[in-house]
Amino acid sequence: MAEKIKLYDDSKCTACRGCQLACKQWNGLKAKQTKNLGTYQNPPTLQANTYMIIRFQDVEDDKGNVKWLFRKDACMHCTDAACVQACPTSALRYNKEFRIVGKDLDRCIGCKNCVAACPFEVPKYDHETDKVYKCDMCESRIVNNMIPACVKACPTGALQWGDKDVMMKAAAKRVKELGGDANIYGDKVVGGTHLMYVLKEKPSVYAGLNQNPHVPYSVLLWKNLLKPLSLLAAGGVIGGSFLHYIIHGPKTPDEDGQGSQAEGGK
Amino acid sequence: MTNHWIDFQNSDVILIMGSNPASNHPISFKWVMKAVDKGAKLICVDPRFTQSAAKSHIYAPLRSGTDIAFLGGMIKYILDNDLIHRDYVVNYTNASFLVNPAFKDPGENKGLFSGFAEGKYDKSTWAYQTDGAGVIRKDRSLKDPNSVYQLLKKHYSRYNVDLVSRITGTPKAKLEEVYREYAKTAAPDKAGNILYAMGWTQHTVGVQNIRAMSIVQLLLGNMGVAGGGVQALRGESNVQGSTDHGLLFHIWPGYLGTPTGSMPTLKAYNDKRTPVTREKNSLNWWKNFPKYSASFLRSMYGMNASLEEAYYYMPKIDDGANYSWLVLFDQMYKGAFTGFFAWGMNPAASGAHSNKVRQAMTKLDWMVNVNLFDNETGSFWRGPGMDPTKIKTEVFMLPCASSVEKEGSISNSGRWMQWRYKAVEPPGAAKPDVDIFSDIYLKVKDLYQKEGGPLKEAITKLSWNYLDHGHINPHLIAKEVNGYFLTDKVVEDPVKKEKREFKKGQLVPSFAFLQDDGSTSSGCWIYCASYTDAGNMSARRGTKDASGIGGYHEWAWSWPVNRRIIYNGASVDPEGKPYDKKRPVIVWNGAKWTGDVPDGVGNPGSGRPPFIMKPDGVASLYGPGLADGPFPEHYEPLECPIEKNLLSPQKVNPVIRRFDKPGVGTELDVVASCDPRFPFICSTYRVSEHWQTGVLTRWLPWLAEMQPGMFVEIGTDLAREKGFKSGEMVTVKSARGQVDAVAIVTPRLKPFNIDGNLIHMVGVPWHFGWATTATRKYGPNDKKPEVFTFGDSANLLTPSAGDPNTHIPESKAFMVNVVKKGVN
Repeated sequence: MAEKIKLYDDSKCTACRGCQLACKQWNGLKAKQTKNLGTYQNPPTLQANTYMIIRFQDVEDDKGNVKWLFRKDACMHCTDAACVQACPTSALRYNKEFRIVGKDLDRCIGCKNCVAACPFEVPKYDHETDKVYKCDMCESRIVNNMIPACVKACPTGALQWGDKDVMMKAAAKRVKELGGDANIYGDKVVGGTHLMYVLKEKPSVYAGLNQNPHVPYSVLLWKNLLKPLSLLAAGGVIGGSFLHYIIHGPKTPDEDGQGSQAEGGK
Repeated sequence: MTNHWIDFQNSDVILIMGSNPASNHPISFKWVMKAVDKGAKLICVDPRFTQSAAKSHIYAPLRSGTDIAFLGGMIKYILDNDLIHRDYVVNYTNASFLVNPAFKDPGENKGLFSGFAEGKYDKSTWAYQTDGAGVIRKDRSLKDPNSVYQLLKKHYSRYNVDLVSRITGTPKAKLEEVYREYAKTAAPDKAGNILYAMGWTQHTVGVQNIRAMSIVQLLLGNMGVAGGGVQALRGESNVQGSTDHGLLFHIWPGYLGTPTGSMPTLKAYNDKRTPVTREKNSLNWWKNFPKYSASFLRSMYGMNASLEEAYYYMPKIDDGANYSWLVLFDQMYKGAFTGFFAWGMNPAASGAHSNKVRQAMTKLDWMVNVNLFDNETGSFWRGPGMDPTKIKTEVFMLPCASSVEKEGSISNSGRWMQWRYKAVEPPGAAKPDVDIFSDIYLKVKDLYQKEGGPLKEAITKLSWNYLDHGHINPHLIAKEVNGYFLTDKVVEDPVKKEKREFKKGQLVPSFAFLQDDGSTSSGCWIYCASYTDAGNMSARRGTKDASGIGGYHEWAWSWPVNRRIIYNGASVDPEGKPYDKKRPVIVWNGAKWTGDVPDGVGNPGSGRPPFIMKPDGVASLYGPGLADGPFPEHYEPLECPIEKNLLSPQKVNPVIRRFDKPGVGTELDVVASCDPRFPFICSTYRVSEHWQTGVLTRWLPWLAEMQPGMFVEIGTDLAREKGFKSGEMVTVKSARGQVDAVAIVTPRLKPFNIDGNLIHMVGVPWHFGWATTATRKYGPNDKKPEVFTFGDSANLLTPSAGDPNTHIPESKAFMVNVVKKGVN
């Protein structure tokens, strides 16, 4: 099976949010009480119960010309995935066939190493279940030869799913058609992402988009040096805590509560 | 729509004006994007920079309610630069018709057409000149000063770009850019398309907005061609179907005008409603009216009554009476009703001037609320400001099945009748609407039979052949809509010109076989051919496209006679050659037409004009039948921010249906134009996540989570001036009511430069209502939403004034103030 990617073309996205709803439906994610915060964007960020959102952003140039930018924010499924490297229990792991980052919630111990490691702020911790959640590229669908739910729901062709080489060609063609500042985002970072963007504007224009995502050094240290040792010594759980300590100090009760409450509450 | 959704892909220029399909018809953008992929230009004209604007090549802002000024400028641009599709205009429109020399244009008559007296128009001076035989006089050179073409030129000569820009607030360069791009579709092989919705209809000049664009489309030769036409993007999945099937008071199913008191006999009715023409080549399709009226009466009463009796039983409306929405609720407020069925509707939130609507309901003795959920209407008596102890109205809630809990058809905007199947059983006591209706009917019939009553036969003799083991069988209804032969009959096939024999009980193959002698029935003649001996056409799911342009004639069925693009007879020249050779809709193969089902066209060179639904066979640049004038003229909205109409001394449409005049409406019907208390223009609209008043969508937690409540979009400049911050709670007020909303401060709304004054506009969605909020009181038996929404209906703000032709309320342009919550 060839490596596949999901391609999101913001110039074709109308922000109808069919994808955001389809994601909730397929993954059985409950809605939470939200309030309007002065934008259409809701929930305001990714959450343990929200694996993807469409971001809305007003942009105005100095001549008063307005653009309304939309961007699908979800797990990028890095080839060089910090979360997989940071995960002590392989709850987050590569799907060998598709090279996306799948998840086995049963194995998740809630250590949140992935939360700290991810350069895109994607994995979200849920205090109630003590587990971390994120998009798994609808692994349950794609291994059964179905396309991801968000792609299925997209009416305009802004989302596509296909073999990486085919998608890359389509992306390059689209960038050429759009001209101007259009670019491909995702192919040159973290070993290549499996959610890739065709962006009409420069990446720096999009709020919250990491310009230079990389695997944190602490995770590299852990992976290359300490993880093999700790696995030999005492198994992943203890090792995981050790990494947690390296990345963001001792685990405190306060910090545990933040994951879900800070982002929309219950 | 004249065309259909898939056909959008064939357009070279798509104008989005009076609609926001990216938000509100999201799937349509599949086809819009396909057109764009093929090189089409996308233009969006809207007061607000919308999701559709975000995808457009050109965005032009315009002050809400000034569309006619904008389009009038386009018509002038097309005429001044002689960009018309001349062959099309001369042959297929009434451009060459000569009008009564006594006709006066608003430009020479203080903003009024000739004939205005006592609040309405006497249209006699608008008529055509005729010769001794009654044939309309014409000048095919289009030079006669009384020709429609020259009158059109004169009428729009006043709509110069400077003046249009001062009225609309659209920068001149933007106007010219839009005009230039759109007028390119005058080339015979270019197609321009217009997508409109409530942004055009909900004005006191609603019909004339659409007329203005129809004129543009005709001048450019865009009607009847692939990728062209005029698309009314419907606000509900089946609003096309409900209109086709007689939802509105003034029409029976199939657009047969409702009889009035002055038409006592079927003959009088047919004589009045059947148009005649002296144009020798005109087919005048409506000459068949008596066949359709007779077949409809047969569908109502079968053979239980003669045609004349059946006509007698049918209700007539008083001459001049009006039973449109605004009038109904005005009358309800005045105590004219004892009971009311709110069926699949939520008028307490959807009705313009909802405060008046809610008050009107307190005057009822009883109300039946048929819906999936309780709503602001069924619970009006315990809504904000109501004292249940003082309200006499008894409310009955009848739960009904949702669209996936029953079988039947819907007709989409593209006139496609599509069959749907039941996916799940309705919950609890919920029943399909037709079963509820049938139960009520059978009970009422029983009472009439036992107790009698005036004209009881009108009820007791109705044919009611839809029951199957005690339930309504939707196939039986669909078959009756199509129509049966009620007697054995030999009919000449109108196409093959040979005799065909039909047996009693056989389904009628198409409306060409319907009869005026009572031997056929048809519940809606335009649907005749939808359910035939060959089966249920609307259930077809063939995916072949023999047309090559996305016609998909084997998928479902479209009225009339499975035609996908209506007026397609105008896609070929009088010699039968397609104007657009790349995307022909119909092609003459030497013996017959191939492609789409041909519309109105005779054999090549026959001279038959193709707009056969018009008595004279051509399309109307000049429309002498409307209440407010034969040409669209710019008038200000009833509530507007400027003192004067910059175009003429007549400020507003002189024949608006308004309720604020002494002796007309009620004390609640107030308007505030140019009133410093209400300085900002406001418009209502929808978001992707909610539907109508939100009765269905507010209860869906995933949708409520994405759009959790009432907001008001406010431009950055205005917010700065007033000190509003995004996310802050504010109150929007009009002369009629107020509603709290979260401020969304955005550069997507900008002030308009109107004749040197900066005028701000704000906008509000109308999906919300108090019934699903966290702060209301819930009784022990009340269902609580999983995710609450915030805020009440935007229609608390909108005015009760309407278009003089359709009487639709002006919800898209009215005046408000916005203040921080808690500040007066």
